[in-house]
Amino acid sequence: MGAWSERQRNIIDFTLSSLLRRKGKNLSLLLVYTALVFLLASVMFFTHSLRKEASLVLQGAPEMVVQRMSAGRHELIPHRYLGLIQGIRGVSSVKGRLWGYYYDPVMSANYTLLVPDDASLEAGSIAIGQGISRTRLAHVGDVLPFRRYDGTPMILTVRNVFSSGSELVSSDLVLIAEADFRMLFGMPKGLFTDIVLTVRNSKEVATVAGKMQKLLPDTRPIMRSEILRTYDTIFDWRSGIIVVILSAAVLAFIIFAWDKASGLSAEERKEIGVLKAIGWETSDVLLMKFWEGASVSLTSFLAGVLLAYVHVFFTHVVLFEPVLKGWSTLYPSFKLVPFISPYQVATLFFLTVVPYTVATIVPSWRAATIDPDSVMRS
Amino acid sequence: MRKSSMFFMSLALQSILLFGAFTHAVYQRGRDTSGLGDTVLLVKRLGLTDLCLFTEARYTRHPSQADLHSPFQDHPMSLEHFPSGSLVAPRNNIGDR
Repeated sequence: MGAWSERQRNIIDFTLSSLLRRKGKNLSLLLVYTALVFLLASVMFFTHSLRKEASLVLQGAPEMVVQRMSAGRHELIPHRYLGLIQGIRGVSSVKGRLWGYYYDPVMSANYTLLVPDDASLEAGSIAIGQGISRTRLAHVGDVLPFRRYDGTPMILTVRNVFSSGSELVSSDLVLIAEADFRMLFGMPKGLFTDIVLTVRNSKEVATVAGKMQKLLPDTRPIMRSEILRTYDTIFDWRSGIIVVILSAAVLAFIIFAWDKASGLSAEERKEIGVLKAIGWETSDVLLMKFWEGASVSLTSFLAGVLLAYVHVFFTHVVLFEPVLKGWSTLYPSFKLVPFISPYQVATLFFLTVVPYTVATIVPSWRAATIDPDSVMRS
Repeated sequence: MRKSSMFFMSLALQSILLFGAFTHAVYQRGRDTSGLGDTVLLVKRLGLTDLCLFTEARYTRHPSQADLHSPFQDHPMSLEHFPSGSLVAPRNNIGDR
Protein backbone atom coordinates (compact mmCIF):
# COMPACT_ATOMS: atom_id res chain seq x y z
CA MET A 1 0.00 0.00 0.00
CA GLY A 2 2.84 2.35 0.99
CA ALA A 3 4.78 1.59 -2.18
CA TRP A 4 1.64 2.04 -4.26
CA SER A 5 0.80 5.45 -2.79
CA GLU A 6 4.45 6.55 -3.03
CA ARG A 7 4.43 5.61 -6.73
CA GLN A 8 1.24 7.64 -7.25
CA ARG A 9 2.70 10.61 -5.42
CA ASN A 10 5.89 10.47 -7.48
CA ILE A 11 3.87 10.42 -10.67
CA ILE A 12 1.71 13.32 -9.42
CA ASP A 13 4.85 15.30 -8.53
CA PHE A 14 6.18 14.72 -12.03
CA THR A 15 2.80 15.52 -13.64
CA LEU A 16 2.45 18.81 -11.75
CA SER A 17 6.01 19.81 -12.68
CA SER A 18 5.21 18.98 -16.29
CA LEU A 19 2.03 21.08 -16.11
CA LEU A 20 3.94 23.97 -14.55
CA ARG A 21 6.47 23.87 -17.39
CA ARG A 22 3.59 24.89 -19.72
CA LYS A 23 2.25 27.39 -17.19
CA GLY A 24 0.53 29.83 -19.57
CA LYS A 25 -1.32 27.18 -21.54
CA ASN A 26 -2.45 25.19 -18.52
CA LEU A 27 -3.47 28.23 -16.50
CA SER A 28 -5.70 29.44 -19.32
CA LEU A 29 -7.09 25.91 -19.58
CA LEU A 30 -7.85 25.97 -15.86
CA LEU A 31 -9.57 29.36 -16.12
CA VAL A 32 -11.72 28.38 -19.12
CA TYR A 33 -12.68 25.10 -17.49
CA THR A 34 -13.57 26.84 -14.20
CA ALA A 35 -15.64 29.46 -16.06
CA LEU A 36 -17.51 26.71 -17.89
CA VAL A 37 -18.34 24.80 -14.71
CA PHE A 38 -19.25 28.09 -12.99
CA LEU A 39 -21.72 28.96 -15.73
CA LEU A 40 -23.34 25.54 -15.81
CA ALA A 41 -23.51 25.29 -12.01
CA SER A 42 -24.92 28.83 -11.68
CA VAL A 43 -27.73 28.07 -14.12
CA MET A 44 -28.39 24.75 -12.41
CA PHE A 45 -28.47 26.16 -8.85
CA PHE A 46 -30.51 29.22 -9.81
CA THR A 47 -33.20 27.45 -11.81
CA HIS A 48 -33.52 24.56 -9.37
CA SER A 49 -33.87 26.88 -6.34
CA LEU A 50 -36.37 29.09 -8.11
CA ARG A 51 -38.49 26.13 -9.19
CA LYS A 52 -38.37 24.62 -5.72
CA GLU A 53 -39.32 27.91 -4.06
CA ALA A 54 -42.17 28.42 -6.53
CA SER A 55 -43.53 24.95 -5.80
CA LEU A 56 -43.51 25.68 -2.06
CA VAL A 57 -44.94 29.19 -2.25
CA LEU A 58 -47.62 28.45 -4.84
CA GLN A 59 -49.11 25.59 -2.82
CA GLY A 60 -51.41 28.33 -1.54
CA ALA A 61 -52.58 29.32 -5.06
CA PRO A 62 -56.32 29.03 -5.82
CA GLU A 63 -57.56 25.51 -6.53
CA MET A 64 -59.04 26.65 -9.83
CA VAL A 65 -59.18 29.96 -11.69
CA VAL A 66 -61.82 30.43 -14.37
CA GLN A 67 -61.25 32.95 -17.13
CA ARG A 68 -63.64 33.97 -19.87
CA MET A 69 -62.25 34.08 -23.37
CA SER A 70 -63.57 36.22 -26.17
CA ALA A 71 -62.03 36.48 -29.65
CA GLY A 72 -59.01 34.63 -28.30
CA ARG A 73 -58.41 37.09 -25.49
CA HIS A 74 -59.04 37.13 -21.76
CA GLU A 75 -62.37 38.90 -21.20
CA LEU A 76 -64.18 40.17 -18.10
CA ILE A 77 -66.53 37.58 -16.66
CA PRO A 78 -70.15 38.48 -15.78
CA HIS A 79 -71.65 37.91 -12.34
CA ARG A 80 -74.22 35.38 -13.62
CA TYR A 81 -71.37 32.92 -14.32
CA LEU A 82 -70.85 32.69 -10.56
CA GLY A 83 -74.33 31.21 -10.08
CA LEU A 84 -73.91 28.81 -13.02
CA ILE A 85 -70.57 27.53 -11.71
CA GLN A 86 -71.92 27.24 -8.16
CA GLY A 87 -74.59 24.89 -9.56
CA ILE A 88 -71.99 22.36 -10.74
CA ARG A 89 -71.97 19.36 -8.42
CA GLY A 90 -68.79 19.23 -6.34
CA VAL A 91 -68.11 22.97 -6.28
CA SER A 92 -67.98 24.24 -2.71
CA SER A 93 -67.29 27.98 -3.11
CA VAL A 94 -67.12 30.48 -5.96
CA LYS A 95 -65.78 34.02 -5.81
CA GLY A 96 -65.34 36.72 -8.41
CA ARG A 97 -61.88 38.34 -8.41
CA LEU A 98 -60.86 41.80 -9.44
CA TRP A 99 -57.31 42.35 -10.57
CA GLY A 100 -55.47 43.99 -13.42
CA TYR A 101 -52.41 45.88 -14.54
CA TYR A 102 -51.68 49.55 -14.20
CA TYR A 103 -48.93 51.20 -16.20
CA ASP A 104 -47.22 53.94 -14.22
CA PRO A 105 -45.86 56.46 -16.75
CA VAL A 106 -43.72 58.15 -14.06
CA MET A 107 -41.60 55.06 -13.47
CA SER A 108 -42.41 53.29 -16.76
CA ALA A 109 -43.40 50.34 -14.61
CA ASN A 110 -46.32 47.91 -14.58
CA TYR A 111 -48.10 47.32 -11.29
CA THR A 112 -50.43 44.45 -10.50
CA LEU A 113 -53.57 45.81 -8.85
CA LEU A 114 -55.64 43.38 -6.82
CA VAL A 115 -58.78 43.70 -4.72
CA PRO A 116 -58.45 41.56 -1.58
CA ASP A 117 -61.32 39.30 -0.52
CA ASP A 118 -61.56 40.70 2.96
CA ALA A 119 -62.65 44.27 3.48
CA SER A 120 -59.33 45.10 5.14
CA LEU A 121 -58.80 48.18 2.97
CA GLU A 122 -61.04 51.20 3.14
CA ALA A 123 -61.69 53.30 0.05
CA GLY A 124 -58.83 55.69 -0.73
CA SER A 125 -56.13 53.50 0.78
CA ILE A 126 -53.73 50.94 -0.71
CA ALA A 127 -51.11 48.43 0.36
CA ILE A 128 -48.02 48.22 -1.84
CA GLY A 129 -45.12 45.87 -2.43
CA GLN A 130 -41.50 46.61 -1.60
CA GLY A 131 -40.59 47.08 -5.27
CA ILE A 132 -43.07 49.95 -5.66
CA SER A 133 -42.12 51.42 -2.30
CA ARG A 134 -38.47 51.38 -3.35
CA THR A 135 -38.91 52.88 -6.82
CA ARG A 136 -41.56 55.45 -5.88
CA LEU A 137 -39.97 56.21 -2.47
CA ALA A 138 -43.44 55.68 -1.01
CA HIS A 139 -43.90 54.65 2.60
CA VAL A 140 -46.82 54.21 4.99
CA GLY A 141 -48.79 57.46 5.13
CA ASP A 142 -47.55 58.76 1.74
CA VAL A 143 -49.90 59.35 -1.15
CA LEU A 144 -49.56 57.94 -4.66
CA PRO A 145 -51.27 59.52 -7.67
CA PHE A 146 -52.99 57.26 -10.19
CA ARG A 147 -54.71 58.20 -13.43
CA ARG A 148 -58.27 56.96 -13.96
CA TYR A 149 -59.51 55.46 -17.23
CA ASP A 150 -60.95 58.88 -18.16
CA GLY A 151 -57.69 60.71 -17.44
CA THR A 152 -58.72 62.28 -14.13
CA PRO A 153 -56.32 61.88 -11.21
CA MET A 154 -56.95 59.62 -8.25
CA ILE A 155 -54.94 60.01 -5.06
CA LEU A 156 -54.53 56.95 -2.86
CA THR A 157 -52.85 56.74 0.54
CA VAL A 158 -50.36 53.98 1.36
CA ARG A 159 -51.63 52.17 4.44
CA ASN A 160 -49.26 49.22 4.38
CA VAL A 161 -46.07 48.05 2.69
CA PHE A 162 -45.56 44.30 2.29
CA SER A 163 -42.56 42.80 4.03
CA SER A 164 -39.38 42.33 2.03
CA GLY A 165 -39.55 38.60 2.77
CA SER A 166 -42.59 38.27 0.49
CA GLU A 167 -41.07 40.27 -2.35
CA LEU A 168 -40.91 37.28 -4.68
CA VAL A 169 -44.72 37.38 -4.93
CA SER A 170 -45.60 40.94 -3.90
CA SER A 171 -42.94 43.29 -5.29
CA ASP A 172 -45.23 44.98 -7.84
CA LEU A 173 -48.49 44.38 -5.99
CA VAL A 174 -50.99 47.11 -5.10
CA LEU A 175 -53.93 46.06 -2.94
CA ILE A 176 -56.84 48.38 -3.54
CA ALA A 177 -60.46 48.63 -2.37
CA GLU A 178 -63.14 47.36 -4.76
CA ALA A 179 -64.78 50.77 -5.22
CA ASP A 180 -61.43 52.39 -6.08
CA PHE A 181 -60.54 49.58 -8.48
CA ARG A 182 -63.84 49.92 -10.38
CA MET A 183 -63.47 53.71 -10.46
CA LEU A 184 -59.85 53.54 -11.64
CA PHE A 185 -60.55 51.23 -14.59
CA GLY A 186 -64.17 52.21 -15.24
CA MET A 187 -65.30 48.65 -14.63
CA PRO A 188 -69.07 48.43 -14.02
CA LYS A 189 -70.50 46.40 -11.16
CA GLY A 190 -71.39 42.83 -12.00
CA LEU A 191 -68.17 42.19 -13.92
CA PHE A 192 -65.06 40.46 -12.59
CA THR A 193 -61.61 39.78 -13.94
CA ASP A 194 -61.92 36.07 -13.28
CA ILE A 195 -63.46 33.58 -10.88
CA VAL A 196 -61.77 31.39 -8.27
CA LEU A 197 -63.46 28.30 -6.97
CA THR A 198 -62.83 25.47 -4.58
CA VAL A 199 -63.91 21.88 -5.07
CA ARG A 200 -65.07 19.67 -2.18
CA ASN A 201 -63.06 16.65 -3.24
CA SER A 202 -59.68 17.60 -4.63
CA LYS A 203 -59.68 14.45 -6.80
CA GLU A 204 -62.66 15.85 -8.70
CA VAL A 205 -61.02 19.12 -9.79
CA ALA A 206 -60.41 17.87 -13.34
CA THR A 207 -64.00 16.53 -13.58
CA VAL A 208 -65.40 19.87 -12.42
CA ALA A 209 -63.21 21.66 -14.99
CA GLY A 210 -64.56 19.39 -17.73
CA LYS A 211 -68.19 19.96 -16.65
CA MET A 212 -67.64 23.69 -16.58
CA GLN A 213 -66.23 23.80 -20.09
CA LYS A 214 -69.30 21.92 -21.29
CA LEU A 215 -71.64 24.28 -19.47
CA LEU A 216 -69.70 27.47 -20.33
CA PRO A 217 -67.68 26.80 -23.48
CA ASP A 218 -66.24 30.33 -23.52
CA THR A 219 -64.40 29.76 -20.23
CA ARG A 220 -60.92 28.49 -19.58
CA PRO A 221 -60.21 26.76 -16.27
CA ILE A 222 -56.69 26.88 -14.84
CA MET A 223 -56.09 24.33 -12.10
CA ARG A 224 -53.57 24.69 -9.28
CA SER A 225 -51.70 21.67 -10.61
CA GLU A 226 -51.28 23.54 -13.91
CA ILE A 227 -50.00 26.64 -12.11
CA LEU A 228 -47.45 24.51 -10.27
CA ARG A 229 -46.52 22.73 -13.48
CA THR A 230 -45.98 26.07 -15.21
CA TYR A 231 -43.26 26.91 -12.72
CA ASP A 232 -41.87 23.44 -12.92
CA THR A 233 -41.27 23.85 -16.65
CA ILE A 234 -40.66 27.59 -16.77
CA PHE A 235 -36.95 27.31 -16.06
CA ASP A 236 -36.65 23.89 -17.53
CA TRP A 237 -33.33 23.19 -19.27
CA ARG A 238 -35.18 23.44 -22.58
CA SER A 239 -36.44 26.95 -21.93
CA GLY A 240 -35.36 30.00 -23.90
CA ILE A 241 -32.03 31.46 -23.04
CA ILE A 242 -31.13 28.62 -20.68
CA VAL A 243 -30.91 26.23 -23.58
CA VAL A 244 -28.75 28.83 -25.40
CA ILE A 245 -26.40 29.15 -22.41
CA LEU A 246 -26.28 25.40 -21.92
CA SER A 247 -25.70 24.61 -25.58
CA ALA A 248 -22.96 27.27 -25.83
CA ALA A 249 -21.30 25.88 -22.70
CA VAL A 250 -21.64 22.27 -23.83
CA LEU A 251 -20.35 23.17 -27.30
CA ALA A 252 -17.36 24.96 -25.76
CA PHE A 253 -16.73 21.92 -23.63
CA ILE A 254 -16.94 19.56 -26.61
CA ILE A 255 -14.41 21.70 -28.55
CA PHE A 256 -12.27 21.75 -25.46
CA ALA A 257 -12.37 17.98 -24.94
CA TRP A 258 -12.06 17.34 -28.67
CA ASP A 259 -8.88 19.38 -28.76
CA LYS A 260 -7.50 17.15 -26.04
CA ALA A 261 -8.79 13.91 -27.53
CA SER A 262 -7.73 14.62 -31.11
CA GLY A 263 -4.06 14.47 -30.31
CA LEU A 264 -1.10 15.64 -28.34
CA SER A 265 1.22 18.47 -29.18
CA ALA A 266 4.66 17.62 -30.59
CA GLU A 267 6.19 18.60 -27.26
CA GLU A 268 3.88 16.26 -25.32
CA ARG A 269 4.57 13.38 -27.71
CA LYS A 270 8.29 13.98 -27.36
CA GLU A 271 7.95 13.94 -23.58
CA ILE A 272 6.17 10.60 -23.71
CA GLY A 273 8.87 9.26 -26.03
CA VAL A 274 11.64 10.35 -23.64
CA LEU A 275 9.81 8.88 -20.66
CA LYS A 276 9.40 5.53 -22.42
CA ALA A 277 13.02 5.60 -23.53
CA ILE A 278 14.19 6.01 -19.95
CA GLY A 279 12.14 3.07 -18.81
CA TRP A 280 8.58 4.24 -18.09
CA GLU A 281 5.93 1.62 -18.76
CA THR A 282 2.84 2.40 -20.86
CA SER A 283 0.79 2.11 -17.67
CA ASP A 284 2.99 4.78 -16.00
CA VAL A 285 2.44 7.16 -18.90
CA LEU A 286 -1.31 6.54 -18.77
CA LEU A 287 -1.28 7.10 -15.02
CA MET A 288 0.56 10.38 -15.52
CA LYS A 289 -1.99 11.49 -18.11
CA PHE A 290 -4.82 10.41 -15.84
CA TRP A 291 -3.47 12.57 -13.04
CA GLU A 292 -2.93 15.43 -15.46
CA GLY A 293 -6.59 15.34 -16.53
CA ALA A 294 -7.83 14.70 -13.00
CA SER A 295 -5.82 17.53 -11.42
CA VAL A 296 -6.99 20.10 -13.96
CA SER A 297 -10.60 18.96 -14.01
CA LEU A 298 -11.02 18.39 -10.26
CA THR A 299 -9.49 21.77 -9.37
CA SER A 300 -11.62 23.56 -11.98
CA PHE A 301 -14.76 21.64 -11.04
CA LEU A 302 -14.53 22.37 -7.32
CA ALA A 303 -13.60 26.03 -7.92
CA GLY A 304 -16.43 26.46 -10.47
CA VAL A 305 -19.06 24.91 -8.19
CA LEU A 306 -17.95 26.99 -5.18
CA LEU A 307 -17.93 30.22 -7.20
CA ALA A 308 -21.39 29.39 -8.59
CA TYR A 309 -22.72 28.83 -5.06
CA VAL A 310 -21.42 32.24 -3.96
CA HIS A 311 -22.75 33.84 -7.15
CA VAL A 312 -26.29 32.46 -6.80
CA PHE A 313 -26.85 32.54 -3.05
CA PHE A 314 -24.65 35.40 -1.84
CA THR A 315 -24.57 37.91 -4.69
CA HIS A 316 -28.21 37.38 -5.80
CA VAL A 317 -27.15 36.12 -9.25
CA VAL A 318 -25.51 39.43 -10.06
CA LEU A 319 -24.15 38.29 -13.43
CA PHE A 320 -27.53 37.08 -14.68
CA GLU A 321 -29.42 40.08 -13.34
CA PRO A 322 -29.34 42.21 -16.53
CA VAL A 323 -30.74 39.25 -18.48
CA LEU A 324 -33.40 38.49 -15.89
CA LYS A 325 -34.50 42.09 -15.54
CA GLY A 326 -35.08 42.57 -19.25
CA TRP A 327 -37.06 45.76 -19.67
CA SER A 328 -38.67 45.49 -16.22
CA THR A 329 -38.40 48.61 -14.11
CA LEU A 330 -39.61 46.77 -11.05
CA TYR A 331 -37.55 43.75 -10.22
CA PRO A 332 -37.86 41.99 -6.89
CA SER A 333 -34.80 42.00 -4.70
CA PHE A 334 -35.26 38.48 -3.40
CA LYS A 335 -32.89 36.09 -1.75
CA LEU A 336 -33.12 32.53 -3.00
CA VAL A 337 -33.36 29.66 -0.55
CA PRO A 338 -30.33 27.44 -1.30
CA PHE A 339 -31.95 24.26 -2.55
CA ILE A 340 -28.93 22.31 -3.73
CA SER A 341 -28.47 18.58 -3.65
CA PRO A 342 -25.52 16.19 -4.02
CA TYR A 343 -27.41 14.82 -7.05
CA GLN A 344 -26.99 18.15 -8.89
CA VAL A 345 -23.28 18.29 -8.10
CA ALA A 346 -22.85 14.64 -9.12
CA THR A 347 -24.63 15.30 -12.45
CA LEU A 348 -22.33 18.23 -13.13
CA PHE A 349 -19.32 16.10 -12.16
CA PHE A 350 -20.21 13.34 -14.62
CA LEU A 351 -20.91 15.88 -17.33
CA THR A 352 -17.61 17.69 -17.00
CA VAL A 353 -14.85 15.88 -15.10
CA VAL A 354 -15.34 12.35 -16.43
CA PRO A 355 -15.40 13.20 -20.20
CA TYR A 356 -12.42 15.51 -19.84
CA THR A 357 -10.32 12.99 -17.94
CA VAL A 358 -11.16 10.27 -20.46
CA ALA A 359 -10.38 12.65 -23.33
CA THR A 360 -6.87 13.23 -21.99
CA ILE A 361 -6.12 9.54 -21.63
CA VAL A 362 -7.14 8.30 -25.11
CA PRO A 363 -4.51 10.16 -27.22
CA SER A 364 -1.86 9.46 -24.59
CA TRP A 365 -2.60 5.76 -24.79
CA ARG A 366 -2.10 5.95 -28.57
CA ALA A 367 1.20 7.82 -28.15
CA ALA A 368 2.37 5.59 -25.30
CA THR A 369 1.88 2.32 -27.17
CA ILE A 370 4.08 3.19 -30.14
CA ASP A 371 7.82 2.84 -30.29
CA PRO A 372 9.64 5.64 -28.34
CA ASP A 373 12.25 5.96 -31.04
CA SER A 374 9.68 6.75 -33.75
CA VAL A 375 7.82 9.13 -31.39
CA MET A 376 10.99 11.13 -30.73
CA ARG A 377 12.01 11.13 -34.40
CA SER A 378 8.57 12.31 -35.55
CA MET B 1 6.87 20.71 0.40
CA ARG B 2 6.19 18.15 -2.34
CA LYS B 3 3.98 19.31 -5.17
CA SER B 4 1.64 16.34 -4.64
CA SER B 5 1.15 17.37 -0.99
CA MET B 6 0.24 20.88 -2.10
CA PHE B 7 -2.14 19.47 -4.70
CA PHE B 8 -3.91 17.22 -2.18
CA MET B 9 -4.06 20.04 0.34
CA SER B 10 -5.70 22.34 -2.19
CA LEU B 11 -8.18 19.58 -3.12
CA ALA B 12 -8.92 18.98 0.56
CA LEU B 13 -9.45 22.70 1.13
CA GLN B 14 -11.83 22.94 -1.83
CA SER B 15 -13.70 19.83 -0.65
CA ILE B 16 -14.03 21.29 2.84
CA LEU B 17 -15.40 24.50 1.31
CA LEU B 18 -17.86 22.47 -0.78
CA PHE B 19 -18.95 20.60 2.33
CA GLY B 20 -19.27 24.01 4.01
CA ALA B 21 -21.50 25.17 1.14
CA PHE B 22 -23.77 22.14 1.65
CA THR B 23 -23.85 22.75 5.40
CA HIS B 24 -24.66 26.41 4.80
CA ALA B 25 -27.42 25.39 2.37
CA VAL B 26 -29.00 23.05 4.94
CA TYR B 27 -28.77 25.69 7.70
CA GLN B 28 -30.05 28.50 5.49
CA ARG B 29 -32.84 26.30 4.11
CA GLY B 30 -34.04 25.63 7.64
CA ARG B 31 -34.11 29.35 8.39
CA ASP B 32 -35.52 30.57 5.08
CA THR B 33 -38.15 27.87 4.65
CA SER B 34 -39.78 28.85 7.95
CA GLY B 35 -39.77 32.44 6.65
CA LEU B 36 -41.54 31.24 3.50
CA GLY B 37 -44.55 30.43 5.70
CA ASP B 38 -45.58 34.11 5.72
CA THR B 39 -45.31 34.26 1.93
CA VAL B 40 -47.42 31.10 1.59
CA LEU B 41 -50.06 32.68 3.86
CA LEU B 42 -50.03 35.84 1.75
CA VAL B 43 -50.43 33.77 -1.43
CA LYS B 44 -53.34 31.90 0.17
CA ARG B 45 -55.01 35.04 1.54
CA LEU B 46 -54.81 36.98 -1.71
CA GLY B 47 -55.18 34.00 -4.06
CA LEU B 48 -51.94 34.85 -5.89
CA THR B 49 -51.05 32.64 -8.81
CA ASP B 50 -47.57 33.68 -9.95
CA LEU B 51 -44.12 34.80 -8.88
CA CYS B 52 -43.25 38.44 -9.47
CA LEU B 53 -40.19 37.77 -11.61
CA PHE B 54 -40.73 39.69 -14.83
CA THR B 55 -43.01 42.71 -14.71
CA GLU B 56 -42.49 43.91 -18.26
CA ALA B 57 -45.37 42.07 -19.94
CA ARG B 58 -48.55 40.49 -18.59
CA TYR B 59 -47.74 37.06 -19.94
CA THR B 60 -44.35 37.08 -18.23
CA ARG B 61 -45.73 38.57 -15.00
CA HIS B 62 -48.47 35.92 -14.84
CA PRO B 63 -47.32 33.09 -17.10
CA SER B 64 -49.77 30.64 -15.56
CA GLN B 65 -52.72 32.94 -16.36
CA ALA B 66 -51.69 34.14 -19.79
CA ASP B 67 -53.34 33.13 -23.03
CA LEU B 68 -51.14 30.68 -24.81
CA HIS B 69 -50.71 32.96 -27.80
CA SER B 70 -50.50 36.25 -25.90
CA PRO B 71 -46.88 37.07 -26.85
CA PHE B 72 -48.00 37.24 -30.48
CA GLN B 73 -51.37 38.96 -30.19
CA ASP B 74 -50.35 42.62 -30.13
CA HIS B 75 -50.95 42.86 -33.85
CA PRO B 76 -51.11 40.47 -36.81
CA MET B 77 -47.68 39.02 -37.61
CA SER B 78 -46.50 40.26 -34.21
CA LEU B 79 -43.31 38.68 -32.94
CA GLU B 80 -42.31 38.22 -29.34
CA HIS B 81 -40.12 41.15 -28.37
CA PHE B 82 -39.87 41.29 -24.57
CA PRO B 83 -36.46 40.06 -23.35
CA SER B 84 -37.95 37.96 -20.56
CA GLY B 85 -40.16 36.22 -23.14
CA SER B 86 -37.01 34.42 -24.22
CA LEU B 87 -36.44 33.19 -20.67
CA VAL B 88 -39.87 31.75 -20.04
CA ALA B 89 -40.64 28.40 -21.59
CA PRO B 90 -44.10 27.55 -22.87
CA ARG B 91 -46.01 25.23 -20.58
CA ASN B 92 -45.51 21.56 -21.29
CA ASN B 93 -49.27 20.99 -21.73
CA ILE B 94 -49.46 23.56 -24.50
CA GLY B 95 -50.66 20.99 -27.00
CA ASP B 96 -53.63 20.01 -24.83
CA ARG B 97 -55.67 23.09 -25.68
